[in-house]
Amino acid sequence: MLQVAVVRFPGSNCDFDSLRAVERVGAHGYFVWHRDTHLQGADVVILPGGFSYGDYLRSGAIARFSPIMQAVQRHAAEGGPVLGICNGFQILCEAHLLPGALLRNAGLTFVSKPVDVIVERTSTGFTSAYAAGARLRLPVAHGDGRFVASDDTLRLLEAEGRVVLRYVESAAGSPLQPNPNGSAHHIAGICNPAGTVVGIMPHPERAADPLLGSSDGLGFFTSLAALQPKATTSTAQGR
Amino acid sequence: MSFRVHVRVMPRDGLLDPQGQAVEHALSALGFAEAGGVRVGRAIELSISAPSRGDAEARVRQMCDKLLANPVTEDYLLEVEEG
Repeated sequence: MLQVAVVRFPGSNCDFDSLRAVERVGAHGYFVWHRDTHLQGADVVILPGGFSYGDYLRSGAIARFSPIMQAVQRHAAEGGPVLGICNGFQILCEAHLLPGALLRNAGLTFVSKPVDVIVERTSTGFTSAYAAGARLRLPVAHGDGRFVASDDTLRLLEAEGRVVLRYVESAAGSPLQPNPNGSAHHIAGICNPAGTVVGIMPHPERAADPLLGSSDGLGFFTSLAALQPKATTSTAQGR
Repeated sequence: MSFRVHVRVMPRDGLLDPQGQAVEHALSALGFAEAGGVRVGRAIELSISAPSRGDAEARVRQMCDKLLANPVTEDYLLEVEEG
């Protein structure tokens, strides 16, 4: 069975939602603590949303140096899939597993609302269940969601097709606010060149069940559930 | 020797600084319309023991590059004083 580690930092608050979404697609999800030093045989790692370490200094800046992040770095370096959602995306950028940074929303206010996004890249560990160009309505809830990167980095992300999610522009006819935070190129999520490390600001785990009003985000989890488990014996078995 | 180091971290020039803009608007509303170019950063102070002023500065630069500032979005300035 696919083993999915959900990392909990002090201040994580989407950990249970993420775990529930993982269980919903038939994978085995379990928590690992930020002080842990290994991932207990995880096939997939999720860095959930929240406010790790109170967002002190910069969002994700302190979490990046948690003991568990060394294990996450190794997992990612070996090609292991990692999904960072919201604060998890911020941590991935601070850890240099993804380029760029997430700064204070251009409007300065915390935004908590549904947004429309387009799935632009489907060849990742977390978006393979979607059709390219699919439009999703997902919740965002963040104060620091404005993606910035150097012009060179932005050009590279576009040229390599590494924009995973993009906020729908108003011209495309969405009735919702087009870009809730002033993100460069309307970027809502990106990935590493291989598509194994993905960071997104919207919360698919909050839209992964009809009871929550939408299943638009479930595809992130059905995508990961389709990944192949490692063949090694896992110490997470039986936990 | 012991040193007190003042680190000033500022958003990189050219990057949108919404906090600076908001403060500038507020200043204008309070009758300080002559204020312009407002930017909001962060100040960090710390004490450090080092053999020399240069060593102290080099060490704090490492701290800035690794943690205190984000090289993608921020620049920093150091001021080192004895004591």
